[in-house]
Formats: sequence, C-alpha cells, structure tokens
Amino acid sequence: MTFLLTEDQEMLRDTAMAFARDELPVTRLRKLRDSGANGVDPDTRQKLAELGFFGVIIPDEPGGEHFGLVGLGQILEAQGRTLAATPVLQTALIAASALQLGGSAEQQAEWLPKIAGGDATFALALDETAHFNPLGVATEAERNGQGYTLNGMKRFVADAHHADMLIVVARTYGEAGDRHGLTLFLVPADAKGVSVQALNSVDSHGAAHITLEDVIVPDSAIIGAVDKGADVLEPVLDRAAMGQAAEMLGSAQAAFDMTLEYLNSRKQFGQLIGSFQALQHRAAKMFTELELTRSCVAAALAAVDEGKDNVAELASLAKAKASELVHLVSNECVQMHGGIGMTDDADPGLYMKRARVQEAMFGSASWHRDRYARLAGY
Amino acid sequence: MAYDESVDLEQFRAETREWLEENCPPSMRTPMKDDEIVWGGKREKFKNPEAKVWLERMGEKGWTAPEWPAKYGGGGLSREQNRVLQEELRRIKARPALFSFGLWMFGPALLEFGNEEQKLRFIPDIVKGKTRWCQGYSEPGAGSDLADLQTRCEDKGDHYLINGQKVWTSYADKADWIFCLVRTDTSTKHEGISFILFDMESEGVEARPILLISGESPFCETFFTDVKVPKDQLVGEVNGGWQIAKRLLQFERSSISAGGFGGTGGSGILGPEEYAKMHIGTDSEGRLIDGDLRGRITDHKMYAKAFNLTVQRQAEQAKAGQQVGHTASILKYGAAKMNQDRHELLVEALGTEGLGWEGEGFDPAAKKVTRQWLRSKGNSIEGGTSEINLNVISKRVLGLKDHK
Repeated sequence: MTFLLTEDQEMLRDTAMAFARDELPVTRLRKLRDSGANGVDPDTRQKLAELGFFGVIIPDEPGGEHFGLVGLGQILEAQGRTLAATPVLQTALIAASALQLGGSAEQQAEWLPKIAGGDATFALALDETAHFNPLGVATEAERNGQGYTLNGMKRFVADAHHADMLIVVARTYGEAGDRHGLTLFLVPADAKGVSVQALNSVDSHGAAHITLEDVIVPDSAIIGAVDKGADVLEPVLDRAAMGQAAEMLGSAQAAFDMTLEYLNSRKQFGQLIGSFQALQHRAAKMFTELELTRSCVAAALAAVDEGKDNVAELASLAKAKASELVHLVSNECVQMHGGIGMTDDADPGLYMKRARVQEAMFGSASWHRDRYARLAGY
Repeated sequence: MAYDESVDLEQFRAETREWLEENCPPSMRTPMKDDEIVWGGKREKFKNPEAKVWLERMGEKGWTAPEWPAKYGGGGLSREQNRVLQEELRRIKARPALFSFGLWMFGPALLEFGNEEQKLRFIPDIVKGKTRWCQGYSEPGAGSDLADLQTRCEDKGDHYLINGQKVWTSYADKADWIFCLVRTDTSTKHEGISFILFDMESEGVEARPILLISGESPFCETFFTDVKVPKDQLVGEVNGGWQIAKRLLQFERSSISAGGFGGTGGSGILGPEEYAKMHIGTDSEGRLIDGDLRGRITDHKMYAKAFNLTVQRQAEQAKAGQQVGHTASILKYGAAKMNQDRHELLVEALGTEGLGWEGEGFDPAAKKVTRQWLRSKGNSIEGGTSEINLNVISKRVLGLKDHK
C-alpha cells in the first residue's frame, strides 16, 4: 500500500493543512519580510513544538514513530502551500535523520528529545560554492590533541541565521571531490570561531554564510565514523531532497489553485480568460504534471518508510520532477495573472521567488537528472 | 471474515498454480512474438498451435475475462481472486491468451448497457475468442467531433437499414462483427445517435485497408450500403447511443494507457540509452558522450517512471474506494507523449541505423523501431486526440468554462 495514508497520517495531514491555513498564511511571510525578521519566527517554532511536528519521525515520542517520513512529508507539503518559513525541514527531518542514522547513543539521548520538544534547532552546513556539490567539501578538520580543529567557509546555509546547532560537513582525509574522507560534526552555532553572516534572500526566508576559524570540537561531536561521513550524509540528503520536494509540491499546488481561480474570474473581451483554449491547454498540462509529481513524491517518502532499496533513484526522481513542476507553475502563475502578477501586492511573485530557492536546495533538476542517469548506468 | 477470505485465497492460489502448471503450454511461457499474438475470431490462423490450446483452455475457464459473471462465460472471480490469478500468470510469465477489443472495450460496455438476451448471445464468444469485434466510430467528417457522425440508420419496420461510411476502423478486414455508432435522428446531434451491432459478412458491408506511413494497414475505410440489421441488435434505447459511446471511450482510453501503447513485449528492441551507448559511446565514467541526448533520455525515463507510479497510485486509490476523478484522459495524454518521446529518442540514438525501411543491411530490431516510430505518431490522434484530451481535462476536471 505505497500510496495510501494511514488514518493517523490522514489526521496529521488535516492538522497540518489547517495549521498552515489558519496560522501560517502567506500574509505571515509578508509580515516577517516587512518587519525585517528575515524568516525568523519564534512564535511559530513554539506552536510547531506544541503540535508535536518536530518529533514526527522520532521514535519513543508520543505518537511519534508511526507517522514516518510520509507523515513528515504531509507537514512539509502543507507548509509549502503557504510558503511558511519554519525550521521543520532542517531540524525535524535533516537533523533527526542524521542523528538516527549516524548518531551515537549519547548524541541521540541528548538531542532527539530536544528536537522533538522544539528546544533545539539545526542547520546542515554543507555547500561551499554556489552549487550543490556534496563531495566537493574542502572545509578542513584537522586532528588536534582533544579532537578536531575546523577551518572553512559554508555558503547559503538554510536556517543557519537562527539555528542553535550546526551539522558541519568537513574533510578529514583526501581532497575535494573524494567520497572518502568526509566527516560530520555537531557544532554549537555560538562556538568560539564560528561567525554567522545573515543573508537576505529573495524568498524572504533568509539564510547565512558561515565562517569556521580554528573551531575546536571534541571527538564526541562526530556523527557517524571518521572519514565515512558520506555513508550518513547521502541517505540524509536523499531524505532532505524528498522533504524539499514535498514542500515544492505544496507550493506548486497552491500556485496552480490560485491561477485556476484567476482564470475563472478575470474577464477580457467579455469572456472569462479561462475559456480561452490557449490557456486551458496550458492549465491541463500543468495539472497532468502535478499529478505525476504527486505520485513521485509519495512513492519516494514511502520507500524510505518501507525500507526499499530504490530510495536514491526515487529521491532524485521526486526532486527533479518537483523542481521542474514548481518552476513551470510559478512562471505560469505570474504570466496568467498578467500585470497583476508583476505587482508586489499579489502573491504569484512570492511563489516564484520561493520556487527558485527550493529548486536550488539539495540539488537542482539537472543535478538529479545526472544522478538518475548515473544510477541507471548510462 | 477477513481470516476466512485469506484462507480461501491461499487455497485458490494453490489450485490456480496447479491448473496453470498442467494447462499452460511450454511455448506460452516464453516472451510473446509479434506474429503470434492471438486476436481470435473466425479467421484466426494460430501460427503457433499451442496458442490455440492455451486460448481454448483459458476461454473454457472464463479466465480471459476473469471478473465477468460466470453466467455469461466469464471467470466469475472476485477482484482479490483475479489479483491472485494475475500474479500466478506473471509468475510463470504466461502470455496473454487473447488480445481483443471485445474484452477491452465492447464487452464492458455491453455488460453495462446490453439487455439479458444480448449479453447471453455475445459475451460468451468474446470470452472464448470466437468472435472478433471492430469499432465503427470515426467517419470522414467526424473525427475529434465524433458526435457529428452521419451514418444513417433508418427504421424499416421489421429491420434497420444502414447507409454510410466509417474510417480508421481498426482491423475491420479481419473482424467478424462490428459495434457501430449510427444516426437515428437527423434533427439533433448527440441525442440522435444509436449503438448497433452487426455481422461484417452482412450484404452491403465492405472494408478496405488503408496504407499508413509506417507501411502497415491496421485500419480500414468501411462502407455500408443498404445493410439490413435485425432490430434486436440495437443496444440500449434508440437515440440513447451517445452515453454508451462515451462510456466505451473511457474503457478504450484506460486500456490504451494501461498497455502504454503497443507494448507487447519480446520485440527485441532495447531502450534508447542502450542504443546511444552502442552507437555514440560513453566516457571513462560510463556516461553517454552526448550530454544533451543523455539529458533528454533521462527526462523521458523520469516521465515514464512518474507515469507508471501514477497508474499504480490510481489503482490503489480506486481499490480503496477513493475518488480518482477523470483520470483516464490524463493517462491517455501521458501515455501518448511517453510513447512518442520514446520512439523519437530511439530513432535519434540509432542514427542512420534507425533509418532503414526494408531488406538487408539493417538490424531487424532497428527496422522495427523505424516502423513503430512512424506508427507512434497516431498515439496522439487515435482514441481522442491529445488536444481533445486537454479539453476534457480543462473542462471536466478543472472546471474551466466554455468559450461563448
């Protein structure tokens, strides 16, 4: 039963949809933007914790385990609909996955309850250039007496401008491009030598450049094995790509619904513009793409929960299809709204801006197409 | 209850497995060959004699139409039992015993709209593959606007008299009977259409094959001149044929999208990435040298995967009783695009090897690709053009309004 939600997941979906609609409408993002909050929203973080949304994939929490990644995907899709800025993807999905896949018993005992309770938020500090390239990490982790010393620079790290903790991917062996030699470190964002440069990004969610200058971390900060960080990082990035795809699916669906409503209300030449076949066919094609992408996202999330062996393939499929979808739909949303779509007052532009950030995170469509082909052996 | 059912199912599986072991001939467990496909009917030649045995045995059990009622010759199986049957057939890689418009399109419609006498008369011979049916829908002046059809059907008291012409009638030259849309009222459009059945050997029926760009002739022009049809062969109400016609089109579109167009298997044709590797080559990391073609092949393969996942999703949702809406049109549109893209990429990857027509000097599978590429151009035309499907999606699914 790959594609059907359980009753509990249905309830979670309904709750997440209602929460996004009532508490996190697009007007909230506007308010955060206009007040200069740069996507930082402590009130929402508090409410998400109360709803239990941070603990959805963490076992041993009340109602935790059985929601799975499929459950978390429902929350992300709901938030994508309203472009909500929340720490859910970075903290509840990425950090919780990294700790569960590679964390020691002590790390899990310390951090998982804090994640579930909304008491600690995380950011994955990975990319060092303007394009996603996980094996290209050059940030140095040098052995010292007590542990390691980190030196390097991380670019455009989502949530890093407000996260409590960083998961830093650094190189303990070899050189940029090698799979072997990566190691994951847990680093407090306020550790000595960490400087965080907040960025104002086009989507108003914000991000940060991070500089690591002689940051000293103990051995106990390592997630997984030294030099073998890729074994943890790769499955985490697959899940992150799926979570991002679920969010994009929500954004695309909302932009599509908005467009359809406009086609059914705006009149020109004495007709609803939605009665023009040139627009009808484009709407129908978008709908077809939406349905196809929905299947890919659902299959990918379920494959993780069911322990299937084609997770990597499905993650790339979901991220590539969702990237293409949200790109297409956000552009058409602006175009079909005409001049209104160019105004800051109307929402289409916000969807287009957020879409470009979503597309770039965890690998663009072309990055995932390349990987899909590689996995298929050509 | 649930427990008992599963015990029964396991017993059914054991019995089915045993029956298939004894009754499925060895060559019927090998990949289908294009020239051994069985369409049934009076003129079926059975190139492979074991295919005849296989059809007779499957037809006798009603397992060519597993879920149709047993009283009409069907298998009378529950959906769960049929699932088990299909799993067991797949397990031994059994070929389909019968390809048939009767099974895919006409039968389901007749079961829904026919009277008892018609069902008892026609359904069993569909199940057994004894009658091969063809579809009299399109006309020279009624393609996408099918309801504009003009073939006349006049009430002559004790019989109907039919005059007119159909076109794109698939395999009309090989079929025994036709299910046909005819005009019984000229004063109105949709409400003047009836659904009628008759023997292709009736006096006044002539089928002429049409040569296509692929060099093949699967379709005919079919002419009717004063064809007399008994009155009990009209299905449903007089002038009530359009409802049946539309329902049947849904069955047609679903069967096209479920089969993904022409995928009979065993054709020896490889994927576009394999031909590209062969004829263009790879770099030291095994990637196709032509990066642009590689990207487009991947795009296509992702689309195909997404399409198949969507078919699976909708099957699961339908099974769970969830609304799946007007999905047939989405899938028909997607299936046409997918198959056409695939064949464009195959021909491109084959290079000049994909440009052979006949004779020596070309790989046989590549020559088949060339013909199939040409044939695939019809995928976005037959059974409702892609443009008509987009109209259906935008109006019926998305609720967009008609142009005034």
